Amino acid sequence: MVALIKNSQNLEVWKVLESVKDPEIDTVSIVDLGMVEKVEVEAEQIKVTLLPTFLGCPALEIIRTNTKNAVMGLSFAKNVEVEFIFSPPWTSDRVTENGKKGLKEFGIAAPPRHLEEDGSWHVDCPYCDSTYVTMENIFGPTACRSILYCKSCKTPFEAMKPVSTIM
Amino acid sequence: MSNVEKMMSTEEKKAVETLLFQLADDDFLFSYCGSEWLGLAPHIEEDVASSSITQDSMGHAAMYYKLLEDLGLGKADDLAHLRPAEERKNSVLTERINGDGYYMDTPQYDWAYTVVRSYFYTQAKRAKINSLKESTFEPLREVAVKASMELYYHVMHWKLWFEQLLSSTEEAKAKMISAIELVVADIGDLFSYGEQKELIERFGLIDSEEKIQNAWLEALRPTFEKLKLDLPIVPEPKLNGRNGQHTDELQAAIDTLSEVYRLDTATNW
Ligand SMILES: [Zn+2]
Repeated sequence: MVALIKNSQNLEVWKVLESVKDPEIDTVSIVDLGMVEKVEVEAEQIKVTLLPTFLGCPALEIIRTNTKNAVMGLSFAKNVEVEFIFSPPWTSDRVTENGKKGLKEFGIAAPPRHLEEDGSWHVDCPYCDSTYVTMENIFGPTACRSILYCKSCKTPFEAMKPVSTIM
Repeated sequence: MSNVEKMMSTEEKKAVETLLFQLADDDFLFSYCGSEWLGLAPHIEEDVASSSITQDSMGHAAMYYKLLEDLGLGKADDLAHLRPAEERKNSVLTERINGDGYYMDTPQYDWAYTVVRSYFYTQAKRAKINSLKESTFEPLREVAVKASMELYYHVMHWKLWFEQLLSSTEEAKAKMISAIELVVADIGDLFSYGEQKELIERFGLIDSEEKIQNAWLEALRPTFEKLKLDLPIVPEPKLNGRNGQHTDELQAAIDTLSEVYRLDTATNW
């Protein structure tokens, strides 16, 4: 019985974490991005373990606060701890299908899964799905994004950078 | 106190701390120099790119300082901002100014110098990170795996600049060649572990100085061959930053970078 309650509380925490959005992309949650590594519920003590996408990301503290506030809203939550760890490392293949949809909706191409031998990669335009795009700047407005340009619909767009442990 | 720490002998702990300070201070100063280019880089796209690299590098420094905090050496922010120059373990190369002038006044920074320093430094960091993935100190292995993914993009970026400027006009080439001379003159201690060399190598925290230096040269080789340049010869360090020997440029950098932090060390900046 206790185990059952714990389990359902755990699911409730996961559910509420879906309401915690990326501070800059309000169409994807931290769950969609694959940032949530672990949720532990022990009596009234709740611990959420997150993986930072990029180490120097200035949004981490905002995410920490938003996560904490969201979980504190649960009736059974008394103490909430949010911890960032970097092992296992976050990799771009942790982004869920739902996350990819959310990114596209925002005009950001999802991180490609495939890397060429020389390290280059390809994504399609998130607006018109054209494959006729060029890389403008591998470093975008935030650490995790690159800037590209679609030659079909003549629109600049961003893509989430692929990162993997083979790099 | 973590399990890792409990198992370490005094000597091993000393070795870990020393290496962590070297890695942390290197990235911290390198990142500080990079941040001075904000708004001044050759074009807007480069401004975005180099700021992004600078931010990643600061993240790496923060992680090393955090590991030192976990070992009981004091608060990470204090370690970054409040230690005097003679306690700093960064390589002299990372403390050099970007060029004449002052950020707030009329900066006349040298882009060629920045490209060469960044490329050489980043490629050396790559050699170290690769080796740290096999470190006997687990927290360093974990950091290395994560930092490596970001570093991949940094190396690609600086290598591209390096190759393009050296394949460009005569003026660009001449500037790059003199920048290479300046950078190489300071690069000796980048591959040094200083007085703790024996301990750091004995505990297998990272490959030997010689191995890292060779890995660096091998990584540069294809680029240098393509550009028909002789590979640099790493000099013996005149000043060894690993042993706390620094130029006045470091003191100036510390005064500037810690100015705000010193106003109120309890505030969350
Ligand atoms: Zn398009």
